[in-house]
Amino acid sequence: MRRVKGVLAPYLLILPGGLWLAVFFAVPLVFMASVSLMTGNLIDGFTMTWHWQNYADGLDVYGDKVVRSLWYGLLATAACIALAYPAAYWIAFRGGRHKSTWLFMLLLPFFVSFVLRTIAWKLVLTDQGPVLGPLKSWGLLPEGFHILDSGFAVVSGLTYNFLPFMVLPIYVALERVDHRVIEAAYDLYAGRFEAFRRVVLPLSLPGVFAGVIMTFVPVTSDYVNASVLGGPGNTMIGNVIQTEYFTNSEYATASALSFTLMALLLLGIFAYARALGTKDVLEAAGR
Amino acid sequence: MTTTLTAPNSAPRKRRHRHRPIKGRGLKIYTVVLVAWLLLPIGVMMLFGFNDTHSKQNFQWEGFTLHWYAHLFDKKDLTTALVNSLTIALLTTLLATVLGTLAGLALGRHRFRGQGLANVVMFAAISCPELVMGASLLSMFVATETPRGYLTILAAHVMFSVSFVAITVRARAVGLDASIEEAAQDLGAGPWTTFRLVTLPMVMPGVTSGALLAFALSVDDFVITNFTSGATQTFPLWVWASTRTGTPPQVNVMGTLIFAAGVLLAVGNVVLTRRRARAR
Repeated sequence: MRRVKGVLAPYLLILPGGLWLAVFFAVPLVFMASVSLMTGNLIDGFTMTWHWQNYADGLDVYGDKVVRSLWYGLLATAACIALAYPAAYWIAFRGGRHKSTWLFMLLLPFFVSFVLRTIAWKLVLTDQGPVLGPLKSWGLLPEGFHILDSGFAVVSGLTYNFLPFMVLPIYVALERVDHRVIEAAYDLYAGRFEAFRRVVLPLSLPGVFAGVIMTFVPVTSDYVNASVLGGPGNTMIGNVIQTEYFTNSEYATASALSFTLMALLLLGIFAYARALGTKDVLEAAGR
Repeated sequence: MTTTLTAPNSAPRKRRHRHRPIKGRGLKIYTVVLVAWLLLPIGVMMLFGFNDTHSKQNFQWEGFTLHWYAHLFDKKDLTTALVNSLTIALLTTLLATVLGTLAGLALGRHRFRGQGLANVVMFAAISCPELVMGASLLSMFVATETPRGYLTILAAHVMFSVSFVAITVRARAVGLDASIEEAAQDLGAGPWTTFRLVTLPMVMPGVTSGALLAFALSVDDFVITNFTSGATQTFPLWVWASTRTGTPPQVNVMGTLIFAAGVLLAVGNVVLTRRRARAR
């Protein structure tokens, strides 16, 4: 009797959540895939014509935006790793009793809404703001100097917004490193640098990997930072997709571009997993 | 794993000074600077909630006032948006926690055919760009002529929260000792009693952090909400729309109050847990 129940139990448990994900995650993707192959407009309606040209046209017109998004995504992710790693390292190994307090401090931005955080970052970077204002009045920067409306502003905003996503997984990985393994490296006459490079760094890579997935994907497809900080000259693919949907009502093109973006990001992640030699992507990301 | 070598017959003592990982001083200063950098925009946001500004753009400091605190709810549609955000987040938390906990238990406590597929779908739902999820939901709602509004936002929020809850609960459920549940059943407890009195309390920390995660994700979501909202406004959407015309200081005040409430809740939670742990 209990055996039979035991066989059915997991299916009954997973059914409600699974159905919800099927209806509102999987099915919409199928809808989007089909819309991306349609032709038409909002007034006459869209009809399925297997119009693969939508993909070619989208890339033709907006290819430069795709490349720019990937480039910004790479820069911001790299900046996040460079900024997050030393802090995560210090907290994990030298944080002492106050580890969780330090970590909490680094996660504080999460208590401010994402859009509002971006606006606040714009306030910091404005021409007469708390950073540029004093520097200009001390004569360290020329009066006409500005940061906003540039690619640098967008990448800095992306880095600022997503840094905590990188700190957390790296910290978790470093915190798990068994100190006796490092001892062993020293006993085998490794110097400090050597011990870090050949013991600590490899052991922390799953954390970096999880961090990259958690930052690169949302950063590359973001359109809030480019819109608030970048001005008209630094738009990313997310801005294009958003405009195509809401301003131009070009659903077919927008769907094709969304699908292209997703495919590129998935390819990127899997290529990255391969390069890193991570056998189980799921496991690494699940940490 | 914070203790450094305590094994009784380890390397001779003189080596110990070399054993320390990289010295702390420089890195400590760096971490302090990084925290300051992260907090600077938040400080600026708080400060401009006290700005006695008269222009539409709240970018220039013009003097201190408490005016915006006194007139916090003057902008009716902003208040409505905030209330929408909070109720949607509460309902999302409720639904996603129930669905996610059940799924997490299935994945953590059982082995079954299709488990691999379920894990892949969860991973896909977590790592899929929000933009793509939002765009695909919009495609579906447009194609099926579903009117967009409060309910479509709610459905979308439950969708992206449920996998996060499931994964936190799964992580907690995986390590549990099955013999405890068996003992409860041997003592005559039915499946429901066993679940309520034994299984649920054991996975409760996972459920709580999953629920908190769901609330945080929902209340702050912008991208997916942007695609599924129709005419309904939430706090992030309202703030986004205001960037075109000028963000009123009330937004800064609300941001400040939400920040304060969140930090107080988090700190209070930690203090309470510590006190309870000490009482034992």
